Amino acid sequence: MAFILDRLGRAGRFVWSAWSGVAALCLLAAIWQVGHEAYGDFILPAPLATLQAAWHVLGEEATWDLILLTAGRALQGFAAAGLAGGLLGLSAGYSPATLRLTRPLVTVILGVPPIAWIVLAMIWFGSSDGTVAVTILLAATPVVFVGVAEGVMSRDRGLDAMAKAFGAGPWKRLTTLSLRHVATHLFPALVLALGIAFKVAVMAELLANLGGIGGELARSRANLDVAQALAWILIAVAALIAVEYGVVHPVRAEFERWRAAAQPWGVRR
Amino acid sequence: MNRLELAQVGHGYLGRKVLEGIDLCISGAEVVALVGPSGSGKSTLIHVASGLLEPSHGVVRRHYDRHAMVFQEPRLLPWATARDNIGYPLRVRGVGRTARRARVADAARQAAFDPADLGKYPAELSGGMRQRVAIARALAVNPDFIYFDEPFTALDVALKQRMQDVVIEAAAAARFAALFVTHDLNEATRMAHRIVVLDAHGRGIAGARTVPGRPGARDERSVFEWVQHFVHDDPLFGHVHDVDERAWT
Repeated sequence: MAFILDRLGRAGRFVWSAWSGVAALCLLAAIWQVGHEAYGDFILPAPLATLQAAWHVLGEEATWDLILLTAGRALQGFAAAGLAGGLLGLSAGYSPATLRLTRPLVTVILGVPPIAWIVLAMIWFGSSDGTVAVTILLAATPVVFVGVAEGVMSRDRGLDAMAKAFGAGPWKRLTTLSLRHVATHLFPALVLALGIAFKVAVMAELLANLGGIGGELARSRANLDVAQALAWILIAVAALIAVEYGVVHPVRAEFERWRAAAQPWGVRR
Repeated sequence: MNRLELAQVGHGYLGRKVLEGIDLCISGAEVVALVGPSGSGKSTLIHVASGLLEPSHGVVRRHYDRHAMVFQEPRLLPWATARDNIGYPLRVRGVGRTARRARVADAARQAAFDPADLGKYPAELSGGMRQRVAIARALAVNPDFIYFDEPFTALDVALKQRMQDVVIEAAAAARFAALFVTHDLNEATRMAHRIVVLDAHGRGIAGARTVPGRPGARDERSVFEWVQHFVHDDPLFGHVHDVDERAWT
């Protein structure tokens, strides 16, 4: 019972904290409105008009298929990048030699702009889902890799020695101590990687003419329909926010309950 | 019979010898205090004895079923509650959740840790309570040998005495043998059956003294007198309070 009440309490605080987020969004809308009044309807349609356009677009059945298509591609690439970056990061964190070899490679891969990867992937894979997945994989893996490797390296050796003194082998120490510690470094990296995945998915769709939200953006550009383009941007951002606050943050909160306990009274995020 | 034997044990870091020719034997329910000046290699010795470090010379024979260890810092998992911290070694050993809960409650009681605080995280506990959790964690596995590596150095005098009493009572009840590293002669005299003095440069054991009476049965006055005797009249303890910090000389 106390368990359920504790969960409910935390969920309530989480929802209540959304008010500050709404306030920030309203501020953005106000600045947007000022821009609209200065430059007119053609350059920058009003936020309310954009919302109406987005609402209208969302009313069509085909829209949801497009959103699911893009979100599916983004999540597919995100999962692949998370897995690859996580495993590589773990091995590099434990082996300094691997880390020294992979660090420069990560710098090179991060240095190549995602748009270049899209061009290469289009040549290699043609206009297919593979293009999107590979581009996300290349753009998002280094972020996860660095987060996990740093996490493993910054683990508390004292705790490791403690576990060893109580007879924990390397595998037990990895699963009960290191992975738990890595999780705190992994979540910020995952949030970043998720954002990259959505952005790259839309970009790859636009350039490779693969449909989805990116395809719709390409069509709006062809028609010089700014309101439509802004509506699709709004939808893409909303999809990202939905995944981030619906999945990543609740999981993270579950892992970091002890941090909330360490906060002094009255200080809440 | 549980028994720890060190024969001609030596250890070095990067070619620099820290310990050499250590012979030590602890058995039964004996609590042995290991004292020595700062930097004499006490910590290295207990790490070698417990198996955290491999000795570069000599042999360590551990004839007991399970050992446990209490460190200078509590070394608790910050993300786990006191209950899960005490149960951690049991989890490592694959003890089931329900069996673990009973053992944890038992160990917490032995370490005089309030059961109402078992659901709290280490960040919510005071320094003394954290060290109690560390002691309860060591007791939870029902060890027949416990290594203590200066566990109460960071605590204030009153708290230190209470924690010493907790360990003395637990040792009397559970009958485990223990190697207790400390640089505090008063602590050594209160807690141990036998005090072993490490050579100032880690070259063997300088000597040993058996403290009369049983730990827990000695009154404060006789403990004080013994410490005075050791410090002023016994040449063996002449260097214990020297500070060397392993300077490169």
